[in-house]
Amino acid sequence: MPVRLPFAWMVCLRYLREGRMQTVLILAGVTGGVAVIIFLTTLISQLQASIIDKTLGSQAHVVIRPPQAANHTTLSPDSTAAIIQPRAQRLRSVDQWSSVSQLAAQTPGVLAVSPMVSGAGFAVRADASQSIALMGVEPQAYQRIVRMAKYLRQGLFDVSGTNVVIGSELAKDLGITVGDKLRLVTVDGRNDLVSVAGIFDIGNRDLNRRWVFTSIKLAQTLLDLPGGITQLDLRVENLFAAETTARLLQAQTGLTVDSWMQTNAQLLSALNSQSMSNNLIRFFVTIIVAVGIASVLVVSVVQKQKEIGILRAMGASPQRIMSVFLLQGGLYGLVGSALGSALSLGLLNFFARITRNADGTALLSGDLDPGVVLSACGLALVVGLLAAALPARRAARLDPVQAIRV
Amino acid sequence: MSPIIELHQIRKSYGLGTPVVAEVLHGIDLCIQEGDFAALTGPSGSGKSTLLNLIGLLEKPTSGQLLVGGQDTAGLDDAAITALRGRSIGFIFQFHHLLPGFTALENVMMPAIIDSGWPTAQAQATALRLLDQVGLKDAAHKRPSQLSGGMQQRVAVARALALSPRLILADEPTGNLDTHSANDIFELLHSVNQTQRSACLIVTHDPALASRCARQIQMVDGQLLPPG
Repeated sequence: MPVRLPFAWMVCLRYLREGRMQTVLILAGVTGGVAVIIFLTTLISQLQASIIDKTLGSQAHVVIRPPQAANHTTLSPDSTAAIIQPRAQRLRSVDQWSSVSQLAAQTPGVLAVSPMVSGAGFAVRADASQSIALMGVEPQAYQRIVRMAKYLRQGLFDVSGTNVVIGSELAKDLGITVGDKLRLVTVDGRNDLVSVAGIFDIGNRDLNRRWVFTSIKLAQTLLDLPGGITQLDLRVENLFAAETTARLLQAQTGLTVDSWMQTNAQLLSALNSQSMSNNLIRFFVTIIVAVGIASVLVVSVVQKQKEIGILRAMGASPQRIMSVFLLQGGLYGLVGSALGSALSLGLLNFFARITRNADGTALLSGDLDPGVVLSACGLALVVGLLAAALPARRAARLDPVQAIRV
Repeated sequence: MSPIIELHQIRKSYGLGTPVVAEVLHGIDLCIQEGDFAALTGPSGSGKSTLLNLIGLLEKPTSGQLLVGGQDTAGLDDAAITALRGRSIGFIFQFHHLLPGFTALENVMMPAIIDSGWPTAQAQATALRLLDQVGLKDAAHKRPSQLSGGMQQRVAVARALALSPRLILADEPTGNLDTHSANDIFELLHSVNQTQRSACLIVTHDPALASRCARQIQMVDGQLLPPG
């Protein structure tokens, strides 16, 4: 006997070895279950991260805007009803925006705040003109909201003076490139001649055609909003807490505050249903693994009934007998989850190799999140122990006299 | 000589709480002394096995007093009874009842492993000595399935002796063996009784075997016949 193990381990390992076929089959079951859970969770979280990155990479998580202008009508006491026509919304500045900006920056969970002056206009070059969204930003602050450097195809993200940064589609439509001039015109006729300092491709053709970045000052002049800004863009630490942050800021400032979760409600519901189906699959796999372990152990207890009786007659306490079977359940879970982790790593690397994005980059990374692996292993261990609890209790309660007589 | 087991007015009924209550033992008085070598005989269904289970602390009497080494067992909880059983009583069953997944040596070590929780070097040495004593030193690393019936029963005897119990309970230990092997086992028990002063209580159907025991206890219909 080269290795000396305590009683429960010794008996448990011997039983596992004796029932080799059962052990192998149930380990295969647990391995498959754990691999499915880890693989699916990793796959879905990677895909979600990629979707979120693609969608939210080019927009602010939370946007603060001035409240909508509304009519304040006093009804005469005699009247019973009135039709109130909504007011046309003109471009307005966020009141006291610099203190609102400070307040937002100090709100917990907010990573960055960037003021923006935006309005409609036209880009004109020779006979060609395109309608555009004029966006006056502070480049450094704005880069913390949207990483423009990542999307820049030519030139620099430089909006100082009369420099502007335009999208690739607009550049194509107007036939211009970095260093060329174009004229920006707003609806009330204000205009200025600007030069292109950079061209970006944000991955969305419509935005590539419409977005024109200028300095805040230039946008203020063109849109006739001296000293004002039309919105504050925020980036938050926890994406899914954006709505909470938005509600908090709305309550504090009385301004209109929208989070990405409202403006992209469909994306959010798609992400949620993805997560829900993942949870459902995990739940059922866990149940199946638990039932598998429990049924193997129930059969094992029946098979070993006589031996349990003998061990009891030799002085083994019910607790000792129970620990033998609990250990079996725990070992199924632990060993199965180790094998399952390895299998899921293999699966993930295989899929990472065969799947590609439209642009040829890898869709998935072959790396496992240690947190996911650890929690799957922990879950398998707990499920193994819980599944073993009932058979183990049954074994412990066997009457030795009855058990031996069988 | 001090008494190992004392039974006072022991009764055992089955089916309590149901309309059919069967009393199997009707007030047994029995004392087994240190060094006793006793045969328990009687027809089938007379309650021999039930009595043996009660003495072996595998079952609890319905009424009466059962003392082990002078200690009343009525007040003991399951854990204490289990520990007491493991340490003071060795069992030999009719069908050896060895653990099939373990070697002869491991089977003999098992009571000591259960008692201490670990396989110790001392337990291994004792087990090897006992296997030597029953003439199976060479079979120490064989599984029960690789041994003959007589050898298996000898391993069972060695296992019963593992913790040097004060009492060995043997339920028809030779019932399943040929005459030669039966004689071997009987002699083995006898020599253990002589050398280690362990008391033996042997249930048997074999009158010849019973007559070779120093003390005969006869049982009929759940009662003991008066000696002689």
